[in-house]
Amino acid sequence: MLNSLMLFVGITLMYSTPLVFAALGGVVSERSGVTNIGIEGMMTIGAVTGATVGYYSGSAWVGFFAAGLAGGVIALLHAFASITCKADQTISGIAINLIGPGVALFVCRLLFDGATMSLPVPHKIPKVFGSLNSKAFQNLNVDVTVVIAFVLAVFIWFFLYKTKWGLHIRAVGEHPAAADTMGLNVYKIRYICVLVSGILAGLGGASMTLAIIPQFTPTAISGQGFIALAAVIFGKWTPHGAYAACLLFGAAQALTVTLGGGRFAVPSSILAMLPYLITILILILFVGKSSAPKASGQPYEKDAR
Amino acid sequence: MDKAIKILKKPLTMTLIAVFFGFIVAGIILAAAGYPPVHSLSVLFDGVFSSPKHISNVIIKSTPIILTGIGVAFAFKTGLFNIGAEGQFIMGCVASTVVGILFDFPPVIQIPLVVLAGVAAGALYGGIAGFLKAKFGIHEVLTSIMLNWIALYFSNYICTLNRFHKPDTIGTYPINRSGYTMILGNYKTTEAGKAALAQNEFLRSTVLKTDVNVGIIIAVILAVFIWFLLYKTAKGFELRAVGFNKSAAEFSGIYVNRNILHSMLISGAICGLAASLYITGNSPHGIATLAAFENTGFNGLSVCLIAASSPIGCIFAGLLFGGLIYGGQSLQYEVGAPSEIINIVIGVIVFFVALTRIIPPLVDRFSKGGKKHA
Repeated sequence: MLNSLMLFVGITLMYSTPLVFAALGGVVSERSGVTNIGIEGMMTIGAVTGATVGYYSGSAWVGFFAAGLAGGVIALLHAFASITCKADQTISGIAINLIGPGVALFVCRLLFDGATMSLPVPHKIPKVFGSLNSKAFQNLNVDVTVVIAFVLAVFIWFFLYKTKWGLHIRAVGEHPAAADTMGLNVYKIRYICVLVSGILAGLGGASMTLAIIPQFTPTAISGQGFIALAAVIFGKWTPHGAYAACLLFGAAQALTVTLGGGRFAVPSSILAMLPYLITILILILFVGKSSAPKASGQPYEKDAR
Repeated sequence: MDKAIKILKKPLTMTLIAVFFGFIVAGIILAAAGYPPVHSLSVLFDGVFSSPKHISNVIIKSTPIILTGIGVAFAFKTGLFNIGAEGQFIMGCVASTVVGILFDFPPVIQIPLVVLAGVAAGALYGGIAGFLKAKFGIHEVLTSIMLNWIALYFSNYICTLNRFHKPDTIGTYPINRSGYTMILGNYKTTEAGKAALAQNEFLRSTVLKTDVNVGIIIAVILAVFIWFLLYKTAKGFELRAVGFNKSAAEFSGIYVNRNILHSMLISGAICGLAASLYITGNSPHGIATLAAFENTGFNGLSVCLIAASSPIGCIFAGLLFGGLIYGGQSLQYEVGAPSEIINIVIGVIVFFVALTRIIPPLVDRFSKGGKKHA
């Protein structure tokens, strides 16, 4: 009993971690007033960069940071389109979702002899308790990225709600014109937030391909970006809400894993639906109307009234 | 000067500029990766236009995404973002396949029955997202993302059932032949038909060698119909009014929630139609276990964006998209460049579509500034 409980907790944390990184990025970007529907594309870029750099450098951490960098670079595209050019942020985000996987597979094929899978990295990201051999706690010996994700969630919550910079970000997302009047540089703040969102999405992608599986595959990132997007809305655009939403989603996944294995006569594809069904059910029962930051999705025109 | 401004402000011009930049960027990326850009792009065009068979195949490939594009565009006009087109398409495929296998009526009954099953499944599935939005105020993007995954696993579940699963494959049996919608489909399989079609070079390569089907004709008719519905009827006015300004629509006596539900029902129905025409018109005429999304619905999203949500525009944007995907295969085959370059091209086109929306205000500012100084 205790063992399966720990297995459950371990799997929950494992599944939710890439989502947490990406969703936190989504929160930061949305809070500054820029919708980021391109998280999926940014995660894929992070995933391929992490695995590739991790393979060639031999260090998982170098790969991890490179992935953040790569996510940031592609996020700049989104920032340029939606902030400087005042383009439609949904369209730009969808473009990122098309470009990201395209570039990822293109690069992978070029570097790994035409294969859509990268070679496994020599060292994965380490576990929290190192190479611990105690049977009882084996399932709780999670990847270090799990801890990093949690620390980040706390930090971003603190930053958004307890520091003046956080207040600036929220002001820019709620009422950019008022923030501008107070002397804040709306464009600069939004640029930084989108950049951060890309970096976090990239780290999320790499936490998949450097910790959970040791390589990039075409299906390594398949929908996590959209689930993260859902977690942002689900968590009502707050870091703690998004974190909880990701945990819930991870728990639902863990439930399907622990329920599976032939103990019940439920087909695996029906079990696989569970997380999504549970999410919809919870939305109906508890959440109801969610309200985005007021200026989210709207470009800021300095002289417009 | 004024004429130039007028032309620059046309949506079509914007789209063409975006497409042009898409190819430029593709050329740069190909060159950077060590492939000859001009040659590669000419191979791509050859792969689309060099023979009637290729053109025929492009049309066949484009039909489903034209239709899902129209579906997404319809919802867009009502201010709804139907990211669930993918799930609605999958559910349409499932329903058409199940009904097509279970029943075997003469074609006059069978074809409408199979198509209706797909349409109804798509509409119901889209309607769920619409209902949850109208009744509980839950963001349609959120529910749609979840519904897409549920559809995928439901489709996989159907594939495992004994009644439908074709042994030694990962898919189902094909639907009964009476439900096929290929042009001259039955005639093609007879010896006489084969001989007659083979005599004419054009017919041989377009009809005999491909799954050419009635889908594209229906897609064109539907595009015109949807345009008419949106712009020439009172219902269309209501739907668009809700999209433009919810509060204003409500104030003028339009039921906002009811229109949200209707919009998602119709949008889903169109995606379901795309699915049923795909199942009845293309081999293997059934569904297969999905490891990941096949993107027919998501591609419809891009088609709709390139077409600036115009139903008629979706026909051309869909053909462009289908052509790129089909031509991309010969790019990989002949030049050895990864076919993923096509996704990059499409992504860049969509990206520039987003950017070119800023041209009209820029042109305005430019022309006004010019007049002031004159």
